[in-house]
Amino acid sequence: MQNENLVQISFFNQLMLVHPRKKQNERSEASVQVSEYFVNAEGTGDKVNLSDLLGTVEKTSGASNKTKKQLRNLQSSKETLELPLNKQQTEKIQRGIAYEKTTAEVSCWKNIILQNQKAEQMVFPLNQESSGPKRVEQVVAGWKVQTPLEQEIFRLLHGSRQPVNDPVLTPVEEQSLKAMSLEEAKIRRAELQKARALQSYYEAKAKREKKIKSKKYHKVQNKAKRKDFLKQFDEMVKTNPEGALEELKKMELSRMEERMSLKHQNSGKWAKSKAIMAKYDDSARKAMQEQLQMNKDLTQKMVVPSDDEHESIEEGLETVPDFVNDPETVIDPVNPWMRGQLTHEEPEVSCVTAEEVQTAEEENEEEEIIGEFERKRKLRQADEEDLIPTEEEQEEEDEEEDVSEFNTLFRLMRSEKTREGSNQTRGGLNTAGEEDEEGLLSEGQIRVRSIEDLEVLDEVVEPRAIEEPSAPQTAAAEATSEPPHKKKREINLKEVLTKEAKAVRLPFLPTVVDEEERDEQISIIKEAFAGDDVISDFIKDKSRQEAAGRPAVVDLTLPGWGEWGGVGLKPPRWKRKRFRIKTAPPPPRQDQKLPDVIISEKRTASVASHQVSQLPFPFQNTAQFESSIRTPIGSTWNTQTVVKNMTKPKVVTKLGAIIEPMVKEDFIKSYYTLVTLKKYCYISCLCSWYCGVAC
Amino acid sequence: MKVKVLCRNPDDYVRETTRDIQRVPRNYDPTLHPFEVPREYTRALNATKLERVFAKPFVASLDGHRDGISCITKHAKSLSTIISGACDGEVKVWNLPRQECLRTVQAHEGFVRGICSRFCGTSFFTVGDDKTIKQWNWEAPGYGVREEPINTILGKAVFTGIDHHQREGTFVTCGQTVDIWDEQRSSPIRSFSWGVDSFSCVRYNPVETELLASCASDRSVVLYDTRESAPLRKVLPFMTNEITLCFSLYTYDIRHLDVPVTVHMDHVSAVLDVDYSPTGREFVSASFDKTIRIFPKDKGHSREVYHTKRMQHVICVRWSADNKYVLSGSDEMNIRLWKANASEKLGLLSAREKAATHYNKKLIEKFQHHPQVRRIARHRHLPGDILKQKRELREMREARRRKEQNVRKHSKPGSVPLLTEKEKHVVAVVE
Repeated sequence: MQNENLVQISFFNQLMLVHPRKKQNERSEASVQVSEYFVNAEGTGDKVNLSDLLGTVEKTSGASNKTKKQLRNLQSSKETLELPLNKQQTEKIQRGIAYEKTTAEVSCWKNIILQNQKAEQMVFPLNQESSGPKRVEQVVAGWKVQTPLEQEIFRLLHGSRQPVNDPVLTPVEEQSLKAMSLEEAKIRRAELQKARALQSYYEAKAKREKKIKSKKYHKVQNKAKRKDFLKQFDEMVKTNPEGALEELKKMELSRMEERMSLKHQNSGKWAKSKAIMAKYDDSARKAMQEQLQMNKDLTQKMVVPSDDEHESIEEGLETVPDFVNDPETVIDPVNPWMRGQLTHEEPEVSCVTAEEVQTAEEENEEEEIIGEFERKRKLRQADEEDLIPTEEEQEEEDEEEDVSEFNTLFRLMRSEKTREGSNQTRGGLNTAGEEDEEGLLSEGQIRVRSIEDLEVLDEVVEPRAIEEPSAPQTAAAEATSEPPHKKKREINLKEVLTKEAKAVRLPFLPTVVDEEERDEQISIIKEAFAGDDVISDFIKDKSRQEAAGRPAVVDLTLPGWGEWGGVGLKPPRWKRKRFRIKTAPPPPRQDQKLPDVIISEKRTASVASHQVSQLPFPFQNTAQFESSIRTPIGSTWNTQTVVKNMTKPKVVTKLGAIIEPMVKEDFIKSYYTLVTLKKYCYISCLCSWYCGVAC
Repeated sequence: MKVKVLCRNPDDYVRETTRDIQRVPRNYDPTLHPFEVPREYTRALNATKLERVFAKPFVASLDGHRDGISCITKHAKSLSTIISGACDGEVKVWNLPRQECLRTVQAHEGFVRGICSRFCGTSFFTVGDDKTIKQWNWEAPGYGVREEPINTILGKAVFTGIDHHQREGTFVTCGQTVDIWDEQRSSPIRSFSWGVDSFSCVRYNPVETELLASCASDRSVVLYDTRESAPLRKVLPFMTNEITLCFSLYTYDIRHLDVPVTVHMDHVSAVLDVDYSPTGREFVSASFDKTIRIFPKDKGHSREVYHTKRMQHVICVRWSADNKYVLSGSDEMNIRLWKANASEKLGLLSAREKAATHYNKKLIEKFQHHPQVRRIARHRHLPGDILKQKRELREMREARRRKEQNVRKHSKPGSVPLLTEKEKHVVAVVE
């Protein structure tokens, strides 16, 4: 604005006053200084004051009020600008800022330094390529094909879409990576872990059961299994016809095998012997019959039991009328030839047939057998407990857990059977059975929740207990009712004690024998050392040493000092009190509570020179330090791998390798990528693991 | 009928070759191996004694210079090559395994003040008293060809030190000012000065490659960032890991310059040079008291002291890039090669040897606080005069401490504060 005004003024002057004829285009630039020869504008040397301009601005209508106001303010203010800071101060500020920046930059190493300090072992040079076998992709990356053979191989490799260069994952792997998030993978892994645990548990159980030598037990087991299978099959027919078909095929296969073999024929050694015995022995006859029955059962041709299932398969292939199957599906329950068939109506039948009564009886027998097993086991266990009372609790618990699981399984079976039989069903027992079923899933633990439950359990046990009223077996019967208590035992220690107290009732012979032996020995020793009294000598010696260790009372009383003296005068009480000095008692002797040991507490100089007198720096108490010394690291006491781990040096350098300083870009970046890389590794591990599982 | 048979896997008892030792099946039952602590203690004592017996650190001496060694530098890419500069301006290139001089160059008139190797290992720079910076090729010229530098820069003042950037073509020199040079130019691209003092030494940080530090003649250490136009900060008292009148070394944290992290005391005379081990866990210092000492970076006292009868004032010291050796150059014209771990066996070790050494080391570490073990492990032979000086110094320190105690006792409580060794040494931090 000022300039414009200025230009205007000077221009006007030039035009009007000096050279009216001068043309405008002669000067391209308006300036006060330019007209050196002929133009001498008025007021060129003068300064233009703000007030001069302000007057014209006030008059012009174009200027905004705001600018006018600002100009007026400017005119009124008298302050000058501040001086800039001197050089020293500016530099100081600059240095301060730069230093802060550098400090922040340097601080980004903190994590890496900490990590390296805490690292159990540092291997230099850092960032070294692993010397182990490399992946094909890494090797191939820096290699070019040359010979035609190589080219061909390369083409083949590319054909299979195997990634050669940077993306190390195959498309399939990438897809799998995308498909599964970390969370999902975790969940899946947890599931698999659980499944594996369960599997191992069942395997262990199977092994245990397999070890049982009793044939009777296995027979019962097999029978139960078969029955169970049949039931399952029936259900399968309804729910999963394809699965049922497969089962059917399996059955067919077993039938074929049976037909081929002579296993259940009467030609075996055992069968022959039984045949001889059969005349006189009822059980042998029974066994023979059973075997034959088995053969018949197995060689019986399977008939598809349910109509709709049959339809569903047949209809797809060819349309055959329903009645074709009818004669086959009709089942005579009494006909022993047809017994191998799938009698799916059986469980549903509410009325009790003759056969069923029989089976129920059989089941009762089985129950008894099982109960007997249990009792025997309990007895043996109780015996063991008596014999070895110092056995560690954990082991016991483990054993008991196993047994109790076994028991629960049996009880479960039993309860199911009683339900089937429907003769002896009791409400309480049923509920108990249901509870058992729930318990089986969660590792077969039964918890007694109320007194009623306890009573129910007692009731269950009682009838068996009454059958054989001898003393040890009642104890065992009590023991059979124990499992719920035992579950509690894990929490309550007192239960353990009471239980043990009960178990003591049984006679224990071996310990008695032990005592006798000991008595003998003692008497022999007494005879041998009849002459010299070693024990009293020892006791005397010990008491002498104890007395020597005790601080003596120092008597500093001077008789006759400050009072009457003479023969027969005792120093007064105050004096004795004041001048008899008692030192503080020493710490209790180490052998204080060991009657037959003397531990010398003298500090031996020869040993002291090897002992640590002060607690060394990083340790906080003596116990810590002692424990650090106590653990041996040598191969005499530890296995090779442990020794290797324990004697690992902190810094390892490679012979003849130059150790370069860290490169910041690599390390700071790699530090951040490390986290993600770890995640990736984890996932890829999971993937491979899955594949293994799937295969 | 079941027949039970003892079955053994031959892998458990048959050795692989006839030269192998017999396999001994072991039973680790602790009751069979009693007295583990006393037995291990005995082993530890023996290991300590053997360590001292085998402590023979001196490897070789390289002689050939005709004046005191003023500086040594390692080759950036080769472990076997070093260069040394002497006080008569001669520069020698050495081959360490063969212990011979490969090449001799009369580089400067007067002292060779500093040498540094380029990061790629193709050339090296020297500065001398004749105000020049010279760049030399690592390759020796052919037969009959004169030794000539690739490049010579004539400066305005004497240069006292030089160091090269870790990854770029720039280097830094010090003298009157600290100058940063581009290899392609004949004038410095930047120069720093703070006050009028001259600088004696300058070093790049090998990791934070843009940071550098210099020692000035007024006992101060100045920090720089090459990206900034001004120096960062100055610590006035003593220098980072450098000498003081009380002959200690100081380790500072760049971020907290007001108090040293550690004060390393053991030398009885001025410290002239320092070099860190490439692992960064230890450093070696050369002293005017004719010894070199190795300090752990976070310990106040040295773990090792090296000296020989003929070694005079040690001017310069370097730690080899594979962390195995230490090189020292001294006044009496010799370069000496020492083992960094005095009792370490050189060369390849068999697996059993390695396991045994690791076990012994661990044992010594485990029982290090036991007086007998400590006594043997700490024992070093020192020349008589150094021992005497050490005693003198200890007496002086004790007297000072006693006096301080007395002053504290007789003045108002709290007016004479109890200072730690670290706090005693800082004078001022200049921003």
